Amino acid sequence: MIARRTVPFSYISRNLMVRRVTTLLTAGGMGLVVYVFATVLMMSEGIRATLVATGQPDNVMVLRKGAGAEINSGISRGQAAIIGSLAHIATDGQGNKLVSKEPVVLNTLPKRSNGKPSNVTVRGTSLIGLSLRPQVHMIKGRMFRPGTSEIVTGQAIARGFAGAGLGETMRFAGRDWLVVGVFDAAKSGFDSEIWGDADQMMQAFRRQAYSSVIFRLTEASAFDQIKAALEDDPRLTLDAKPERVFYAEQSEALATFIRILGLALSVIFSIGAVVGAMITMFASVASRVGEIGTLRALGFRRAAVLSAFMGESLLLALVGGIMGLAAAALMQTVNISTVNFQTFSELAFQFTLTPGIAVKSIGFALAMGLVGGFIPAWRAARMNIIDCLRQA
Amino acid sequence: MFLLRLLLKNAFRYRLRALLTMVGLVVAISAFGLLRTIVDAWYAGVDATSSTRLVTRSSISLTFPLPLNYAERIKAVDGVSGISWANWFGGIYITERNFFAQFAIDPESYLALYPEFVLTDDERTAFLRDQQGAVVGRKLARKFGWKLGDTVALRGTIYPGTWSFTIRGIYQGKDAKTDEQQMFIHWKRLAESLRARAGNGGSQADYVGVYVVGIKNPDDAPLVSQRIDALFKNSLAETLTETEKAFQLGFVSMSEAILIAVQAVSFIIILIIMAVMANTMTMTARERLGEYATLKALGFPPAFVVKLLFGESLLIALIGGGLGIALTFPLARLFVSQVGTLFPIFNVSILTLSLQLIACIVVGTVAAAWPAWKMSRIDIVQGLRHVA
Repeated sequence: MIARRTVPFSYISRNLMVRRVTTLLTAGGMGLVVYVFATVLMMSEGIRATLVATGQPDNVMVLRKGAGAEINSGISRGQAAIIGSLAHIATDGQGNKLVSKEPVVLNTLPKRSNGKPSNVTVRGTSLIGLSLRPQVHMIKGRMFRPGTSEIVTGQAIARGFAGAGLGETMRFAGRDWLVVGVFDAAKSGFDSEIWGDADQMMQAFRRQAYSSVIFRLTEASAFDQIKAALEDDPRLTLDAKPERVFYAEQSEALATFIRILGLALSVIFSIGAVVGAMITMFASVASRVGEIGTLRALGFRRAAVLSAFMGESLLLALVGGIMGLAAAALMQTVNISTVNFQTFSELAFQFTLTPGIAVKSIGFALAMGLVGGFIPAWRAARMNIIDCLRQA
Repeated sequence: MFLLRLLLKNAFRYRLRALLTMVGLVVAISAFGLLRTIVDAWYAGVDATSSTRLVTRSSISLTFPLPLNYAERIKAVDGVSGISWANWFGGIYITERNFFAQFAIDPESYLALYPEFVLTDDERTAFLRDQQGAVVGRKLARKFGWKLGDTVALRGTIYPGTWSFTIRGIYQGKDAKTDEQQMFIHWKRLAESLRARAGNGGSQADYVGVYVVGIKNPDDAPLVSQRIDALFKNSLAETLTETEKAFQLGFVSMSEAILIAVQAVSFIIILIIMAVMANTMTMTARERLGEYATLKALGFPPAFVVKLLFGESLLIALIGGGLGIALTFPLARLFVSQVGTLFPIFNVSILTLSLQLIACIVVGTVAAAWPAWKMSRIDIVQGLRHVA
C-alpha cells in the first residue's frame, strides 16, 4: 500500500467550488470582519502619518510649560525674543535666523457641505514660517503679503469650509480676509489650517502673546543643549520639544482611541465569522464522510486528512481576507475629516494602507480560518475507516 | 402547535450547528446594541439640555473669552431671567486618562440656572463659603472614592500650575439624563490667581468662557439670541448666542465622522451574521431536499415548505437574538466600567432594544429567503432521487 503524504490541492479547491453559495457566504462574513479590521488600522495609521509628517526632524517647538497644545499656550513677546537669541539656531541665505513666532487660534467656521460649524486652526506666521515647513507648497494663487489682511488656506480647508477657496473672503475677528492662495502641505496637519500674517492676526484677535515659537536647529544633535538653556533661564517657564515628537503626541489620543475601539470590535466580530467558518466546515466534513473513508482506505494518513480540511478552511479564509482587504484598499480614496479632541480642531486625513496592515489583515483572516477549521478537521481525521465506508 | 414542534425539532436536528449559529447571533446582536448605545452616549449631553437656557460665546470660537462686564448688559436684555458664566478649567487629575469636565463657575447664579444638580442646603452653603471648595457629581465621587472634605489636586493645562480643591458637596442628578461626572469650582479663585500673576496674562482676569443665559419663555429663544448678539455687534468681542441644545450639538457634530463610522460598523456586524445565518439555512435546505420532496409528494403545497424554512430561520434568529438582547445590559455595564469617565451617561435605550429585535427578524427573514424560494420550486422526482 502506498502511504500518500498529502491530498492534492485541486481536491481542496474544488470542494469550495462545488458549494459556491456556502463558500461565498462564509468568505463574505470573514471578508466583512477583515474589512473592519483593516479600515480601523488604516484610519489610525492615517492620523498618525498625517501628524508625524507635520513635524520636521530638525525643527523645535516651544510652548508654555504644561500647555500640551498650541491653543492652550502663551509666550510673551519678551520671552519670544529671548528664545530668538539662543545659540544653535540655523540661519537662511540672507542671515535671518530661522525663528517663527506664531499666534495660533481656533476659529469656528461653517462647513461647505452642511453649514455645520467646526473648529479650524488659524495660524499667524511669516515667510520664515513658510520656509520652516518645506512640505508646504502653494498650489493655487500666491502667498499672503506681510502686513495685509490676506490669508492662504490648506487644501483640506479650501475644499471643506465655506468661503475658504481661492478668491473668496472669510469674515472673522471683525475683518474680511481675502484668500489669495491655497497650499498643499503634503498630507500633513497643515492641510487643515489657515495661515495669515502673524502681526495682523495678533491685532485682529487682540492677542498679547504668541502661542508657540518654532525654530530650526543648526543640527538636530544640538537639541539637548538648547533645551537645557531654556530650562535654566528663570525668565522662561517653557517646554521645548522636537517638532516631530510634539505632533506625534498630538495624534496619540485619537489614534489610540480608534485603534482600541476598532480592535475590540474586530475581535468581537471575528467570533461571528469563526462560527460561520465552523458551521461550513462541519457541514463539509459531514457531507463527505464516505470520501474521507475512501481517502483513508487509499492510504492517506490521518494527518493528510487533517491538513486537507485545514487547507480548505484556510483557503476559505484567504478568499475572505482578500475580499475584505480589497474593499478596504478602496477606502484609500476617501478623504475624512474630524475633530482631534486633543487639539480641539479639525484634522483632515486619509485611510493609509501599509504593507504591515495588509499582512496583519491577511494574518487575521487566516487565524479565523485556523480557529474555525480546526475542530471540524480534527473530527474528520479521527474518523474510523470502517464506519466511514459503511455510512457512505 | 404541531407546526411549532416540528420547527423546534427541525431547528435542533443538528444541535451543534444550531448552537453555533446562535452563538454568532448572540455576539452580533449584543455588539450591535453596545455600539448603538455608544453612539447614544455621545448625544447624551444634547438630551440633558434645557430649552430655557441659552449659551453665549465669542463669535470667533469657544477658546476666546468674553469680558465680565457683558453680564450686566445681557441681564438687561428683554426676556432674560437669569445669567451666569463658566470657564472650562481643563485640569488633569493624575493622568489624562481620568478625563472629566471641570467648570469654574459663579456658584450662586449658576446653580440657580441648573436646578438638575441637586445639593443639600448644608453642602450648598459650605461650597459657597469656601473659595477653595469644589462640588463634584455623585458618579465622579464614586469613581475616584472621594468623600466630603477630601482634597483633590488638578494639574492645569489652560491655567498653569497645580491646583488643589476641597470637596464641599457631592451633587445628585435630578433624573437619569443629568451628567453626574462634572466638577465645579469657584470662578473667582481663577480670576484672582490670574490677577495675582498679572503681567503675563493679567488682562485675562476679568474674562469668562461662556455665559449661560436663562430665558423666561422657551419660544423666545431665537429672539433673545438675536437681541444679545445685536448688543455686541461690532464690539471688540462679538458674541454668538444659541440654545443650549444647539451648543451641545455643535460639539457632537465635530466628531461626526467617527460617529458615522461606528454606526456603519454596527450595521456591518448585522451583515456578517446575516451571511452566517443564510449559510446555515442554505445548508439545511440542501440536506433536506429529499424530505421536502416527500412532503410535496404527500400533497403539502409549496407554501408549507416555505413556511417551514422561514419558521425555522426566525426561530433560531429570535432565540439567539433574544439572548443577545439580554446580554446587552451586563455588557454595557462592563464596558462603561472599563472606559472610565469617558461617557458620563450610558443607558441602553428602548430604541436600541427595538432595533435589535428588528435586526433579528430581518436576519431571520433574509436568511431563509433564497433557500425558501429554491425549495418551493423543486421538482418532486428530482428531489426524491437526491441523496443528501
